[in-house]
Amino acid sequence: MSQQPIQLPLPGFETARAQWQDEYSQQLHEDKTRHNRSGVEVRPLYTPADWSGERYLETLGFPGQLPMTRGIYPSMHRGRSWSQRQLIGLGTPEDYNARLKRILDAGGSAVSLIPCNSVYRGFDADEVDALLLGTCGAVVNTVDDMDTCFEGVDIAALSTAMNDPLPFTLLALLLAVAKRRGIPWSKVTGTSNQSDYLSHCVANHMFYRIALPGSRRVLVDHIDFAARHLPGWNPVSVVGQHMQQAGATPAQAMGLTLSTAVQYANDCVAAGMDADAFLPRFTFFFDISISFFEEIAKMRAGRRIWARVTRERFGARDPRAWRFKFHGQTSGVDLTRQQPLNNISRVTAQAMAGIFGGLQSLHTDSYDEVLSVPTEDAARIAISTQNILREEAHLVDVIDPLGGSYYVEKLTDDMEEAILAVMDRIEEAGGMYLAVESGLVQSMIGASSLAFQEKVESGEQTIVGVNAYRAEEQPGARAALSRPRPEVMQTQLDRLADYKRERSTTAVKAGLDALARSAGAKAGQDNIFEGVVAAAVAGATHGEIVATLRDEMGTGEPLVQV
Amino acid sequence: MIVEQQDPVRVLVTKLGLDGHDRGSRVVAAFLRDAGMEVIYTSPWQDVAAVVQLALQEDVDVIGISSLATDHLLVPKLTEALAAAGLHHVRVVVGGIVPDEDENMLKEAGVSRVFHPGSTRDDIISQVDALAREARHERDAT
Repeated sequence: MSQQPIQLPLPGFETARAQWQDEYSQQLHEDKTRHNRSGVEVRPLYTPADWSGERYLETLGFPGQLPMTRGIYPSMHRGRSWSQRQLIGLGTPEDYNARLKRILDAGGSAVSLIPCNSVYRGFDADEVDALLLGTCGAVVNTVDDMDTCFEGVDIAALSTAMNDPLPFTLLALLLAVAKRRGIPWSKVTGTSNQSDYLSHCVANHMFYRIALPGSRRVLVDHIDFAARHLPGWNPVSVVGQHMQQAGATPAQAMGLTLSTAVQYANDCVAAGMDADAFLPRFTFFFDISISFFEEIAKMRAGRRIWARVTRERFGARDPRAWRFKFHGQTSGVDLTRQQPLNNISRVTAQAMAGIFGGLQSLHTDSYDEVLSVPTEDAARIAISTQNILREEAHLVDVIDPLGGSYYVEKLTDDMEEAILAVMDRIEEAGGMYLAVESGLVQSMIGASSLAFQEKVESGEQTIVGVNAYRAEEQPGARAALSRPRPEVMQTQLDRLADYKRERSTTAVKAGLDALARSAGAKAGQDNIFEGVVAAAVAGATHGEIVATLRDEMGTGEPLVQV
Repeated sequence: MIVEQQDPVRVLVTKLGLDGHDRGSRVVAAFLRDAGMEVIYTSPWQDVAAVVQLALQEDVDVIGISSLATDHLLVPKLTEALAAAGLHHVRVVVGGIVPDEDENMLKEAGVSRVFHPGSTRDDIISQVDALAREARHERDAT
């Protein structure tokens, strides 16, 4: 892009710039053009010729005011810190409960529930190879398991992020526990963290359980159910993180995420819902790579676009609908197995980008995630990193502190342009649903991931300890693994068998039959998620509910392409 | 890096178990294919029997198992099943997040090589190629 002649009354600007340009070129005989990961050109210097602040109110405004570029709340992190939401889960419901209580004792109130991979795939413990049980998250299959997870904990006082792909069986089990304890559902607060089935179909297949048309229906029903019964619950989290971890560039990830949100909103409108009823509870989840300024600009641009889309396209009048609430997670893909302690520096830079980008909650990766499922010591360092940045480095004292930087503002504009180009491409393909169904999105991401790897292989992109600055490593310096012992998992299996024996089989069968009927009925007739909750209350297990819907609506199978 | 083209080596790239993260397996499959190998690529979540069946059917020289979240724990069952099916010659390599102590366990179970994050394209190609040639030699000798 060419530089515009400066409009401001700055006498001597052009002469001074020409002189700098001369001296710069003399010092640097060869200056290769540089681009960030999204392909936006990065020039050596930015000045008022690139961004002058003349259109301040239109393009930036004040925090909490349109166009929301500087942040979605008036006081941002100065008023209230982001939530420190670390993922937890491992082993049995008892293990989860113990770790949860330690977090709550330390003052936390925002927690996550990460289930085991078997749960993600939609299975009960007795349906998979026992070797894999509980190695990545908690094994939660029944209302009893969920009750144990939150034993001695007031669920009405918590905000729980459920890593719970559709049909949202974990939320259904939590609602069943609430019912059992006499807690009204209106008091249940949190987020369905893994509701974005399109991102699962594209990029995180482990969560992809039910074929696209069925998934599409269940999500709309879930949003509708939440609007009617769960005022404290965010039913939708649109997950750009999956796209970026799978290889999308930051601009692609933001564009595809916004296009996904547009698709879900369109589907809700088509089902007769009012934009102001559901948009305020859309949330987002992004990857924060180590491409520092690019990530900050990505988030700022995303905020601006969302505020515009919700108003102009969906006619939302409630200011809460315009707010681009997002959770950020530092990128695991940037971490290296070589010299693993270097990852602490990487996570620090990533977390800073997320904070400057104005996130609402943050997960910092543990430095050892590239070696194994994180150890508790490494997880503590990840939390400390957030506390140090906030309270020692004082990153939160000023709202949007990089706002007004010639570079950051120009980059925000450029990233916005790149993001809108992605959104246009998806729009031309008929929207995100069709673009995923046809494989367009998958091939866009595949090409970017290969292109990035080529840059690493050629050395164009340095990765310290991997393709540059390599060092001899001392073996044996790594922490020991903690894995659930097989006998513990056998107890869990025995408990599941007891549960199935002791419950009312008639009630369970009636619940599952009703669920199957609602899934087989025409869209808009029965609310499928209501059927999921009713089945869970009647005693059906997680695996039985997913299997019922898979039978009726088809299993999710990703497109396989290289 | 391009390896010898005639009678290309045959590699099955797949994922066992429950996890579905496939960025790694896709990139590696593309690298091997672009290096001139015949690559058979599958969707994730294969079970051991299906992988053995495919290895037989496609007459592969090397099986590459990609693992991010502990699915590599199933690989010893795969090597055992390959042997039981008479596919002693087929070399098995694993790539992904594999803790050190598990690497020893995999090697003892007959895995030829574990590729960790940061492995280079050329290293993967040359090792897979060499293993495939060993496998062929062994297959033709018996």
